[in-house]
Amino acid sequence: MVETSWPKAEARRLLGTRVSRLDGPAKVTGTAKYTYDVARPGMLHARLVHCPHAHARITKLDVSAAQASPGVKAVRVIQGVGAEIQWAHDEIVLVAAATGEEAEDAARAVVVEYEVLAHHVDDLHLDQAPETRAEEEELAGEPEKAMAEAAVRSKGTYGLPVIAHNCLEPHGQVCEWNAAKDTLTAHCSTQAVAALAPQFAERVGLPAGNVHVICQYMGGGFGSKFSADRWGIECAEISRQAGGVPVKLMLDRRAELTIAGDRPSAYAEIEVGAQADGTLTAWISKSWGSGGLGGSGRPPLPYVFQIPHRRSVHHSIPTHTASSRAWRAPNHPQGCYLSMSALDDLAARLGMDPLAFVRKNEALLGPLAKTYLEELEIADRLMGWSARWKPRGGGKGPVVRGLGLSLHMWGGSGHRSSCEVTLQPDGSVEAKIATQDIGTGTRTVLAIVIAETLGLPLEEVRVQIGDSRYPASGGSGGSTTVGGVSAAARRAAVNALRMVFDKAAPALGTTPDLLEAVDGSIRVQGEPGRALTWRQAAALFGRAPVTATGGNPAPSGSGELELTGSGAGGVQMAEVDVDRETGVVKIRKMVAVQDCGLVVDLKTAESQVYGALIMGISSALAEEKVLDPVTGTLLNADFESYKMAGIGDIGELVVHLMTGPGYDERGVIGLGEPPVISPAAAIGNAVANALGVRVPLLPFTPQRVLDALESPGRGIV
Amino acid sequence: MTSRGDDPPRGLSRRAFLRGGAAAGVLSTGLLRGVPPVEAAPAAAPKSEAGVPILGPGPVAIKLRVNGQEVALRLEPRVTLLDALRTRLELTGAKKVCDRGTCGACTVLLDGKAVYACSVLALEAQGGDVRTVESLGSVERMHPLQAAFVDHDAQQCGFCTPGFVMAAKALLDRNPSPSLAEIHHGLAGNFCRCGTYAGIRRAVLQLAEAGAANPDYAPGLPGAPEPGEIENPRPRRQKNKKRKKPRGTGDG
Repeated sequence: MVETSWPKAEARRLLGTRVSRLDGPAKVTGTAKYTYDVARPGMLHARLVHCPHAHARITKLDVSAAQASPGVKAVRVIQGVGAEIQWAHDEIVLVAAATGEEAEDAARAVVVEYEVLAHHVDDLHLDQAPETRAEEEELAGEPEKAMAEAAVRSKGTYGLPVIAHNCLEPHGQVCEWNAAKDTLTAHCSTQAVAALAPQFAERVGLPAGNVHVICQYMGGGFGSKFSADRWGIECAEISRQAGGVPVKLMLDRRAELTIAGDRPSAYAEIEVGAQADGTLTAWISKSWGSGGLGGSGRPPLPYVFQIPHRRSVHHSIPTHTASSRAWRAPNHPQGCYLSMSALDDLAARLGMDPLAFVRKNEALLGPLAKTYLEELEIADRLMGWSARWKPRGGGKGPVVRGLGLSLHMWGGSGHRSSCEVTLQPDGSVEAKIATQDIGTGTRTVLAIVIAETLGLPLEEVRVQIGDSRYPASGGSGGSTTVGGVSAAARRAAVNALRMVFDKAAPALGTTPDLLEAVDGSIRVQGEPGRALTWRQAAALFGRAPVTATGGNPAPSGSGELELTGSGAGGVQMAEVDVDRETGVVKIRKMVAVQDCGLVVDLKTAESQVYGALIMGISSALAEEKVLDPVTGTLLNADFESYKMAGIGDIGELVVHLMTGPGYDERGVIGLGEPPVISPAAAIGNAVANALGVRVPLLPFTPQRVLDALESPGRGIV
Repeated sequence: MTSRGDDPPRGLSRRAFLRGGAAAGVLSTGLLRGVPPVEAAPAAAPKSEAGVPILGPGPVAIKLRVNGQEVALRLEPRVTLLDALRTRLELTGAKKVCDRGTCGACTVLLDGKAVYACSVLALEAQGGDVRTVESLGSVERMHPLQAAFVDHDAQQCGFCTPGFVMAAKALLDRNPSPSLAEIHHGLAGNFCRCGTYAGIRRAVLQLAEAGAANPDYAPGLPGAPEPGEIENPRPRRQKNKKRKKPRGTGDG
């Protein structure tokens, strides 16, 4: 009998092993074709004209020179005279020409005049915001009373600025309108290949089935690529306008940094109180931040620790910047950094080792408490924390060293997904699913699950993704993909195998429940001699292919256990060196211990954690969108001034995934979000441990470090 | 700005070209490393005040040697080597990311040296030997450096990967046995957003002579290292005496 549940540890051949990503060779050889690389016959190149003002009204628009410009095939006015522009670099006009250079010339020839209006881009000073949206207050117990009774209290302000997704492949698409058939083919750099087709269809007025979205390779999304976007719709429309020729429109770097993705800022005044033994009792916080015109999300405060008496209120500040987009683990890095900084300051006030402080408050850690404690023990060993931790600020000399830690959590349950597995008469196996590999290893995960289930070598399974015509699957966000696609693929493959067993059983003179699929054969359990090769078994279906399907979640009423779980906990520790003369922070070592349920591919899973550590280090040390208060425009809209960590900035990285009993049976849980939550918090606490003072505002630039040393406790402004 | 050791490209960079106020396509052939323009300026060709012929702004004929093959193109003088490769020759391994010589995603080799193809004019690459990632190895027959990138999963979305591969190739050609610090320096001109630096340095270390003996490197399937042994810049760090700070200077 083929069980749907994941095979037990001793029966796994591929699950949980280190498998190199299947599309690795295509990527390292440059043969992987991304949206930016798509070339279609007769393809035009499009460029956008952007608004230079943060808030303005268009008073004059003249595209005649652009239309007459050499090579130009079509010009589209996206926002015309009278339109009110709400953020700098908003799209005004789109031009399409034979070459990119000609399109740039034409874009420059567009004349737009504006009435400049008052703008507000300051998200740091709550009291200066012309408008705020106070969210509902969260309240438990009696925080003021508990705070007054607390033996030890700590009060501080902390903050994280807006940062950018800054995908290396910018947002963009190649759109091809077919007027004769009334269809649209869109090659998109997207995290949601299935969901994009109906988005395009609705906006361009086609039946959803007439839109075909393709994304074989995509160069980074991090949460910013779930939408067809206005520039995508306009690209489709300009293809229609130009008579159905394909048009490529990719954002340039300035646009990518300015309008294609922000992580909201978050700042907070936090007071936290504890008993003398370190038991947390009270939390009071006021937080604020902005994610552009749409305001900001609400960071979870307090994070992880369910402090019994707590009050938190959050104010969202609308600013004249493009609305934020989901950035890996939306709101969690903010909640984590603010909370862990405040709690670390309290631990320092208590004179406690932060590790002991966390353990002391085990009862507040919720359902993941056991996971956290096990992970802390491993992290302690990997970092050498207990042997080396010292109270704050005891270092001598210009360069001082410090240790810091942080905890985080995430859901990560699999999204809705469906998969089909087709068995050809020659025995070849092909899986189709409208998911996308955004660099996480989705292709590889699918092949592992199907090959494992069918008892076939990995290379015998062909996985087809990145096409909206395949069975529907969710967008790759919120760490939901691996759970969703692996569960769907498992069920599809199990259903395929059941069909094979039904056919093979009579041929082998047995019943289906006594068969097993091992080493590329279908055989009677315990009797290796009574077997059919996979190909022989496939041939029993005659000369036509057969297809089985499977989905996630489990079919309702089936009584099947879910194959994907939720609720992943992780801990991270950081060791830094800080130069008190120059203010330079250097990462010496990061340790990440992470739970993600059943690991499908250990190699790509670890890569997720390494990558998250590095992205977190980058946000801690360098990243910040700097807006000019006078013009409201982004001052660092290029790679020279939007700083990111390079290969020499990351120190030593140690990754440990929790696997085995207690973890595997929870099913597959996503890993894209959780490990990116803690790095900045752990690094910030390490910096405070090294210096003896808190550097409250990210990123930890030399200037901020020196400012904190000069005036400790000055806060974030 | 570029921080790698092996640029900037010789001659005239696109940036210098633009900075020079030559936006109309004025190009002094005297700066083209001695290579005469293919479309020889006739006697009546316009000349700049300095008396040198003016090319463009319309398309001119140029010849490039790319991956060992001579190719003839007609391009506006302002077209970068990167755009020529990507949009005229369909060599899309080199990526356009920052488009101003900072991120390294467009790295190709010009006469063996790593250059940012976004910051070299196609005209300027005439007479040089241009090698793109496509010349290094194929999916079926990867170069050992590419195989090491795959083994160490030195890629996620993969958009920066060809640039890193070419930068690492230039580094290893110049210094077959780089230390970790030299790898960091040699690859400092490339950015990755997914965070694949850990895999990249393991891959390059493996290719470096000493790195080949890296005890943690185990290509292929199973055999999960013990926790703490997964990431291993340490053996090389320990060689670097400077990193061993005396106790007490920093701890605390």
